[in-house]
Amino acid sequence: MTHPALGTHHAGRSAGPLPTKQVRKRYWITLSIMIGLALFFAAGLLAWDNPMPVGSDGFWIIAKLRASNILTMVIVAACQAIATVAFQTVTNNRIITPSIMGFEALYRVVQTGAVFVLGVAGVTFFTGVSQFVLQVAIMVGLSVALYGWLLSGKLGNIQIMLLVGIIIGTGLGSISTFMQRLLTPSEFDVLTARLFGSMANADMSYMPVAIPLVLIAGGYLVLSSKKMNILALGKETTINLGINHRREVMKSLFFISILMAVTTALVGPLTFLGFLVATLAYQLADTYDHRFIYPMSFLIGFVVLAGAYFIMKNVFYAEGVVGIIIEAVGGITFLIFILRKGRL
Amino acid sequence: MITLNSVSKKYSSTVSIGPVSLEIPTGGITALVGPNGAGKSTMLTMVGRLLGIDQGSIEVSGYDVSKTSSKDLAKIVSILRQENHFVTRLTVRQLVGFGRYPHSKGRLTQADEEIISRSIDFLDLGELEGRYLDELSGGQRQRAYVAMVLAQDTDTVLLDEPLNNLDMKHSVVMMQHLQRAARELNRTIVIVLHDINFAGHYADYICAMKQGKVVHFGTPTQIMQDEILSEVFETPVNVVPGPNGPLAVYY
Repeated sequence: MTHPALGTHHAGRSAGPLPTKQVRKRYWITLSIMIGLALFFAAGLLAWDNPMPVGSDGFWIIAKLRASNILTMVIVAACQAIATVAFQTVTNNRIITPSIMGFEALYRVVQTGAVFVLGVAGVTFFTGVSQFVLQVAIMVGLSVALYGWLLSGKLGNIQIMLLVGIIIGTGLGSISTFMQRLLTPSEFDVLTARLFGSMANADMSYMPVAIPLVLIAGGYLVLSSKKMNILALGKETTINLGINHRREVMKSLFFISILMAVTTALVGPLTFLGFLVATLAYQLADTYDHRFIYPMSFLIGFVVLAGAYFIMKNVFYAEGVVGIIIEAVGGITFLIFILRKGRL
Repeated sequence: MITLNSVSKKYSSTVSIGPVSLEIPTGGITALVGPNGAGKSTMLTMVGRLLGIDQGSIEVSGYDVSKTSSKDLAKIVSILRQENHFVTRLTVRQLVGFGRYPHSKGRLTQADEEIISRSIDFLDLGELEGRYLDELSGGQRQRAYVAMVLAQDTDTVLLDEPLNNLDMKHSVVMMQHLQRAARELNRTIVIVLHDINFAGHYADYICAMKQGKVVHFGTPTQIMQDEILSEVFETPVNVVPGPNGPLAVYY
């Protein structure tokens, strides 16, 4: 292949992820705004409505107590954002979230089962580091068994895997609904608090386990961004470009399940968050490259969580139950974006 | 050169492909023709290792397809399937850039960018390179996909019905591009075609398949015969002399 004439006007032609100056500028401005918002809400959560004078010892004691909530949000945002983006990439589907694979249904069954069998004491029974590890292990185990079984067979097919995952999730959901019907109102009341995604559910003693897991699983997925870019093109193109599709998908799904298990066991179900965050990240980053999508989605995740928490706490005095406001505000934002742009 | 040694694939007790033994010579365009369900696409996907084989072996440029690592094969043979739908939003140039992955592993060098530019210009996509795929017409998009496999810079290129859904003009332009790629870039192009007249005019060799087996292989003049085509397509075909070579008439 020789085309000598091309050398001259080649300058400026780039196949890079942010092809033009305008796109590049927009990405970095958007990212900076997100960083600004994240810092603003984080500072707001630490300092707003702090009864002690700014800078005093008491101020810092209260701020430190609140910092644990922010740490939880960072972990949840990282888990949900990275897991959802990676899951949508390996399944080649932008309208699903990994939580439909039965993670949340399993969490609900475990929590409901504990209250059903042990009464109100069941809630306390399922708190503690070893119980946290156990819940994560059950969720990862179930999903790995499911992926391994469905993706390695002759019919190795992601669509079938998703369908089975949804059916298992629905089945588990029905079991917990059935058990909830049989609970006394007071038991049900205690249980409900655990079934809403809430930052207050997180116990700081889980962190030494949760943080390394998130670093390893999230780190793997972020570091394999370049492979993810190819996986997003579908199975046949991926094989054509020399990547072992099945092995990469299995590895990614394993790490995705760790992230989802950690966030679900930590704060409970937040079905909509990952989906919302990933969709907004695609819109705002406007690139195929996961190296740019991941940081954007993580920041959006944190801004949504911290913003929702800040509003719930300081406007409605109902701190903790962020899932509700995320679904309301997030859903509307999502609809506006989709209607304005007309595509996912 | 592509060599198939008694390759077979079994789907069920009644549906199977092969055993196929075939040698596709280096250089030029080889067209796979035959009725629906003859196994043309299946054979192509087996050569491109998208589908495993049950028995036999396939060699491309001396490399056994089932034993060579996929990573190395990606520099030897590229394959484009007929249905391509990407969830990712890509510009033409970004798509073509993905063709360099086997060489660059995602880190595009200046040399990669030059090869990308050449592939784009080769298919006359220069003006469209900044456009997103969802803003293109079917014919333009198809050309972008072909530019991607050309940028992969493999000696052998396998294309599964690249004329699917293209109108007359775009089909002709596509075939002219492929002919130039075979001649000027010395590629061996294997292509599944539905229209026998396109094969007769543009291909250097025609491989006729029927019920999972290769029934005829030869140059267009050898294959463009009344009896052969009637037998392969199970419908009466008359080959008449046209202004630019023989034409099959079957309407």
